[in-house]
Amino acid sequence: MLSSRRLVLAHFWLAFAAFGLALLLGAWQMFIRSPLHTWISNPEWYYRSLTAHGTVMGYVFPTLVAMGFGYAISEVSLKQRLVGLRWAWAGYWLVVVGAIMAMVPVSLGRASVLYTFYPPLIGSPFYYLGVVLVVVGSWIWVALMSVNLHAWKKANPGTSVPLPMFANVAGSYLWAWTAVGAALELLLQILPVAFGLRSTIDAGLSRVFFSWTLHAIVYFWLMPTYIAYYTIVPRAIGGKIYSDTMARISFILFLVVAMPIGMHHTFADPQVGAGFKFIHSAFTALVALPTLLTVFTICASVEIAARLRGGRGPFGWIKVLPWSNPIMLAVAFSFVMLGFGGAGGLINMSYQLDTSIHNTQWITGHFHLIFGGAIVIMYFAIAYDLWPHLTGRALADLSLMRTQLWLWFVGMIVTTFPWHWVGILGMPRRMAYFDYGDPAVATQAFSVTLSAIGGFILVASGGLFILVLVRSHRAPREDAGAYRFAEALHAPVAVPALNGYALWVALMVGLTVTNYGFPIAQLALRKDTSVPAVYVGANP
Amino acid sequence: MSDDRLLSPRNPWFTGSVGITVILLAATALGGFVLLPYAQPDLKLAGIWDAICSAAGVPKASSAADPVQPESKLTRVVVTSALPSAADPEAVGRGATLAQQCAICHGPTGVSRADSPNLAGQYAPAVYKQLADFKAGVRVNATMTPFAVNLSERDMADLSAYYAFLPRLPGFHPASDKPPPRIVINGAPLRNIAPCGSCHGVLDNKTGSPWLEGQPAAYVKAQLQAFASGARRNDISQQMRNVARRMTSEEIDQAAEWYASQPSTRVHTQ
Repeated sequence: MLSSRRLVLAHFWLAFAAFGLALLLGAWQMFIRSPLHTWISNPEWYYRSLTAHGTVMGYVFPTLVAMGFGYAISEVSLKQRLVGLRWAWAGYWLVVVGAIMAMVPVSLGRASVLYTFYPPLIGSPFYYLGVVLVVVGSWIWVALMSVNLHAWKKANPGTSVPLPMFANVAGSYLWAWTAVGAALELLLQILPVAFGLRSTIDAGLSRVFFSWTLHAIVYFWLMPTYIAYYTIVPRAIGGKIYSDTMARISFILFLVVAMPIGMHHTFADPQVGAGFKFIHSAFTALVALPTLLTVFTICASVEIAARLRGGRGPFGWIKVLPWSNPIMLAVAFSFVMLGFGGAGGLINMSYQLDTSIHNTQWITGHFHLIFGGAIVIMYFAIAYDLWPHLTGRALADLSLMRTQLWLWFVGMIVTTFPWHWVGILGMPRRMAYFDYGDPAVATQAFSVTLSAIGGFILVASGGLFILVLVRSHRAPREDAGAYRFAEALHAPVAVPALNGYALWVALMVGLTVTNYGFPIAQLALRKDTSVPAVYVGANP
Repeated sequence: MSDDRLLSPRNPWFTGSVGITVILLAATALGGFVLLPYAQPDLKLAGIWDAICSAAGVPKASSAADPVQPESKLTRVVVTSALPSAADPEAVGRGATLAQQCAICHGPTGVSRADSPNLAGQYAPAVYKQLADFKAGVRVNATMTPFAVNLSERDMADLSAYYAFLPRLPGFHPASDKPPPRIVINGAPLRNIAPCGSCHGVLDNKTGSPWLEGQPAAYVKAQLQAFASGARRNDISQQMRNVARRMTSEEIDQAAEWYASQPSTRVHTQ
């Protein structure tokens, strides 16, 4: 069905291969800093691994999934051949080259700066250049999504853009703009120092630039998951989208309010004024809105499917849902993890409550539950749903898929719940070593051990996932028919505001200017805000 | 169906979304820049503009009085990878000539017999920083200071290059197969002490930190005590003083004696 299926498969396989390796690193980190293992006596190995884990999981893996899924969406939902296939391959190879270029210095110990860069730490310039190439590769995808949409609009004037493509392009525009923050940080602040042209760096300004990227990047990771909620789940379980309009409003709300909120990551930073922290905190509260809309709409869509299957009563319909269907299972697990993770997020975004968990293991627990849990489990679902159409072979073993999803869900809960708990007790994050013999942390040894066991369960689940995909390549050929996305209960009516992006992109940029303009200008213009760079892995 | 008609004040989507955004922004700005500053009892505000500036993070105008001077001089050496480290043969030659005046304490081959630090093979940035600090009076020693005050910038760079160039000779090392003490390998995280070995050799080395294996125990111990008491203050951002203050006297002894017992040929990350 797909003319670009080699392209999509290439993106997915690279994404999942990188994910598998980074997953092993993550479990190793959990293990060696838990009481199950004696101290490795060298923190450098831990931070090296941590940098690789974060860079792959934060930049390479979700970007590739969004790109591959985006190309599939463009072709399937618009029913037109992908425009710019060669450019898409060029973008793919840029990501490949960038990922390798970034990982070589990391594995040599020349860039153990963690994926969030942490200036004034400065590593090898090749690490940063590699990350820049990954981002540039993804910008080609952004441009192609826009080009494909415009080609379709020209051929179909006055028609409502199909929801999957509408959401996909919204996600790509969000990414294009939010990546600018990190790009500015890398190009203006970090790379000149990494190349030795300067020996001081404005660490505060760099952190503000990074916060521009750091929060909205989460919503970029989230986009494929939300697209799957709306456009795969209802179809896969035999229902319809409850409201197409509500879905579109959710996606444009993400576009507008996901961006100007990143400074809730700098609540403890002295270089940002308290007034701006308050504004960002308030706008972060708003970003819960599209998620609540989505939870409502998807629950309603699922209920439609259940009622069509003969479900009755206020809650009785839940029983008749197709629980043996892996997509049904995945969305249920995803919602549970989104619920807990979102509740934790409300603590993080609150200017006052944040102080009690700032820089503790709570934060690491939180983003693993949201990203590794709620988001990634839907990446699995997307792969399971698309795979037969990409390979032309069936995924036969549903029980293996269900086991994999169960293991991922249980593993993620076992990993992240104790992780949150030790964070509340005050255990700091980004530490390579804890002395569990000391009475002050001895009581946390059990929770950390539990967390590490959760990590092993996740590795088992990740292994099963790769196994399911590999086995499908050996299955007999079978025509999966045309791929289609879910349909709305009521066909969408073309409203200009919900069919284009000009207004929403303008609001997104406008809010960036109001919420970031002054802090950035102030730090950029002052002369006394730089500190000496600390070179990592430099010759002593 | 073009986007142009959308961006007009007659379109309810346009007026609605822009209006809501502006109202939200104004309300949160009022909260963050006016109400919150006034809600803080300790914040002295001269008026509403002062409240806004304070919340925006504009630094207050400094008082007309002179800034308070620190009690002791602060080091001016900025440790970066740009510090001298390359072994230029000319610099090594000049350094060798200059080093004759150092030999009485630090040994003719850079290996001391007088409980002074062994300088043979020490990292150039580490030697350079100490010389520069002695010269500037940031670190004071009755013997070293008179030597250092007469050194030029180039002399200090050449001496550093020379000592870095000398081979690391084993000093006196009684046979020891004792495991490294916890303070060297693990530090004491709950007291915020990083492992000695993560900067000074065994685990890792950091720019500007000297390697310590084979250094005289008496010297290492004396320096840790000087850092702890505040007699020595030329460490960057109090890194060593913060560590030494929190070390117990047993840990100081263990670290000093263990490092002294190690051959200087252990692995260094070069």
